[in-house]
Amino acid sequence: MAAVVSLQLMLRTAAALLAGAAVLSACFTDRQNEGQRLYASHCASCHGEQGEGLRRLMPPLAGSDYLGKHRAELPCLIRRGQKGPIVVSGVTYDQVMPAHEDLTDSQITNLLNYVHNAWGNQGPKHTIREVSQLLEACQGSDGR
Amino acid sequence: MSRQAFFRPLLGLLAGAALLLPACRPGTSPESAADKPLPMLGFPTVVAPGDTLFPRIPAFSLLDQDSAVVTPATFAGKVYIADFFFATCPSICPKMQSQMLRVYEKYKDDPRVGFLSHTIDPEHDTLPVLRDYAQRLGVPTAKQWHFATAPRDTIFRLAGQYMVAAQRDSTAPGGAVHSGAFVLVDPQRHVRGQYDGVNEKEVDRLLAELPRLLKEVGPAPATARK
Repeated sequence: MAAVVSLQLMLRTAAALLAGAAVLSACFTDRQNEGQRLYASHCASCHGEQGEGLRRLMPPLAGSDYLGKHRAELPCLIRRGQKGPIVVSGVTYDQVMPAHEDLTDSQITNLLNYVHNAWGNQGPKHTIREVSQLLEACQGSDGR
Repeated sequence: MSRQAFFRPLLGLLAGAALLLPACRPGTSPESAADKPLPMLGFPTVVAPGDTLFPRIPAFSLLDQDSAVVTPATFAGKVYIADFFFATCPSICPKMQSQMLRVYEKYKDDPRVGFLSHTIDPEHDTLPVLRDYAQRLGVPTAKQWHFATAPRDTIFRLAGQYMVAAQRDSTAPGGAVHSGAFVLVDPQRHVRGQYDGVNEKEVDRLLAELPRLLKEVGPAPATARK
């Protein structure tokens, strides 16, 4: 009898744990290294897997002086894209960068923070709130 | 059970495995594979028994970034690698062109190898745009790598003849979808290889197969050999 009770108890505990895990998993989103993954899917084709750029066609992000000099404009640059000549580390580039209306403010934040700290870059990180505020300049904040 | 009776099935298994193993190797040994000519691609036409014709790239006339006319005669006696791109393409083109640069760097100044990049956005990619694009990519003249344009219909028809998918699509980034294929063409204008230009391993395969096709052309002139 005691064995039956303890078995029942075990089953109940297991069920409770499973239910708990199911609830909790909803709290943990798959957003670890989101910036890196977004970079690979949205940026690497042009800017290179190591942020190296492509000759004089695509500006580099690794060691780029543009990131520091235009830090406050970066969220809108990603949101709205960029067109026309642009000087990066002394070289003039003139390609079209597409807009990214599909990214949330927080995704842009993660992406920027990845770029600011990848490949030897050492830029200060953005907060989501800061990025949302900077995106107001181009009416580009989605508040998420 | 005697020891022999125990080992017999084991021996059988080993023999079976030995028979199966060669199937894991890709075709024949590497030496003979490297000697074999590359296949001709496309649907063959059987003219008569024993007389099979493979499709050839038909005559074309394009303009390159140096405002020179590009026709099949431009590649007479050479092999060439063709692809389709456009200058403002935000998706696969930069990756393709950086891979094509690998091949270009290796065969730069080898007169047996030509390169032909067709724009699929001739409205935007005018000759000055193509010229700027090529120079920014590190290709100073059209001597070996031609960035070419033609009326849109001509380009898209040619893409089909190279067996490359390309079409306008206003919903796609940049307004067109196209495959990133590199097409290897022999001096008789047969398609001899197709490679996914955004995949580094596929471009490694192109670099491995190109010398096999060059055997049909002859040795590189001594001055051009690297």
